[in-house]
Amino acid sequence: MTGRFGRFLVGLPPYAWLALFFLVPFLIVLKISLSEPSAGAPPYLPLWEWDEAGNLAFHFNPANYGMLFGDDLYLSAYLNSIRIAGISTLACLALGYPAAYAIARAPLAWRQSLLLLVALPFWTSFLIRVYAWIGILKTEGMLNAVLLWAGVISEPLQILQTDLAVIIGMTYSYLPFMVLPLYATLEKMDLTLLEAAADLGCRPFKAFLAVTLPLSMPGVIAGSLLVFIPAVGEYVIPDLLGGPDTLMIGKVLWAEFFDNRDWPVASAVAIAMLVLLVAPIMIIQNARTKAEEKAEGRTGR
Amino acid sequence: MILRGLLILAYAFLYIPIAVMIVFSFNASKLVTVWGGFSTKWYGELLHDEKVLDAAWLSLKVALASATLATVLGTLAAVVLVRFTRFFGRTLFTGMVTAPLVMPEVITGLSLLLLFVAMEAAFGWPAGRSVTTIVLAHATFSLAFVTVVVRSRLATMDRSLEEAAMDLGARPLKVFLTITLPLIAPSLLAGWLLAFTLSIDDVVISAFVSGPGATPLPIVIFSKVRLGVSPEINALATIVVAVVAVAMVVAGRVALRKDEARTG
Repeated sequence: MTGRFGRFLVGLPPYAWLALFFLVPFLIVLKISLSEPSAGAPPYLPLWEWDEAGNLAFHFNPANYGMLFGDDLYLSAYLNSIRIAGISTLACLALGYPAAYAIARAPLAWRQSLLLLVALPFWTSFLIRVYAWIGILKTEGMLNAVLLWAGVISEPLQILQTDLAVIIGMTYSYLPFMVLPLYATLEKMDLTLLEAAADLGCRPFKAFLAVTLPLSMPGVIAGSLLVFIPAVGEYVIPDLLGGPDTLMIGKVLWAEFFDNRDWPVASAVAIAMLVLLVAPIMIIQNARTKAEEKAEGRTGR
Repeated sequence: MILRGLLILAYAFLYIPIAVMIVFSFNASKLVTVWGGFSTKWYGELLHDEKVLDAAWLSLKVALASATLATVLGTLAAVVLVRFTRFFGRTLFTGMVTAPLVMPEVITGLSLLLLFVAMEAAFGWPAGRSVTTIVLAHATFSLAFVTVVVRSRLATMDRSLEEAAMDLGARPLKVFLTITLPLIAPSLLAGWLLAFTLSIDDVVISAFVSGPGATPLPIVIFSKVRLGVSPEINALATIVVAVVAVAMVVAGRVALRKDEARTG
């Protein structure tokens, strides 16, 4: 792929496509988040226009952002999203770490299949997997039936339409995103370090805390962010499994856009969400770039 | 031993919900939690549901088009990232390729819709929300996934064949088409399949960019699911799961055979 012109031809289509369909839309969201809502179509007023005298007139409307801070609804949705996404991330970690560890230490011949079993649900429909939980969690659903039968509870629990159902749904949907990066770091680990620790009289559990856990931190961080970032903005899971009072920022954005038809406020909610997520997104990008450049440097040319 | 138990627990957690849903799709009773005997009547009813069939057909077309578009663009993006180490705006490009992977869907959906509205106001295209807008939106967010898959393959492939062809005087384009492309073909297939399943599964982005005339299958399922669990949806879900599973097995075999043909 030598020659400047050849490179230009290869690079232009994806570059131009992403600039038009990924970068420009954010600028438009930013613009509309500052404009005034209107009853017409599109339901917002232009941010700037030329008046008769030929002067440029701006109509900034920071009130959309003022509303986010002024109304408790937005703030509690914001905080609740962070809380639910955070708990789901921890649950994924608690379930995913032992699973990834077990796969990484399984016989070599098994690892690919075990890993495929983790990734497979990701390939089946996300919507359908969330839907499947409704039948399990509802009051007359399977989980309550099993618990009643086993005598653990004496009357059915209300799980569906609570935050707990949302957390279960999130943990379920995002578990593969946690296991795969964890596996990648645990599998690469130099096992002689553990042998050395054992030779020096270190107990397995202590060796895990002193050697394995610190070495797997890149995987823990990558997995946690891959779960946390999309979970914060989730719409489908809180809508299907949560109740009317399960407030999440993704649901608020959806309601502002589709039910209230308030595009400027929906845009302001989107910008507020991005501000929250921009730091974790940057961290994950840096980690990914570093890892990939390392891999490319080692095996490339 | 404890570890193995935990692993089995994780797999149970992943697979039991899907298994329950498949079992109850064959339930004769309309009540979704009471077993009323084996029946395939819900599948029969599905075949006569015009709305579902239309939506499925539309989703299939959208997924084919957007996955193909995403594979072409994603492969080019992967070539740029792996082979062109220095160019203007590389950081920006890397950011734009990887950010869609984690971007919450509501933000992607809203921003693309606002873009389409602004474009229509400025150039009169795309007119309204239609198949075109869904394809453009799906291609954009699945492009990033294709890039990840192709990029790792491209980064780890053996370049000596390319160098040999180059030494023998083949032009870069010819080297790419006759050497590189066949070598990375399995990853292109994997990327295409990933893009296809992402598209055929997408609810949130489609909700923003689809119009009344073009409703993809997930939107139809979603509006039915919001009304509660029904055996008909269980049947539909089972078909979707079965189709994906078959596609995965076939793709896995194809990729495996290609690998074997090359290495042994």
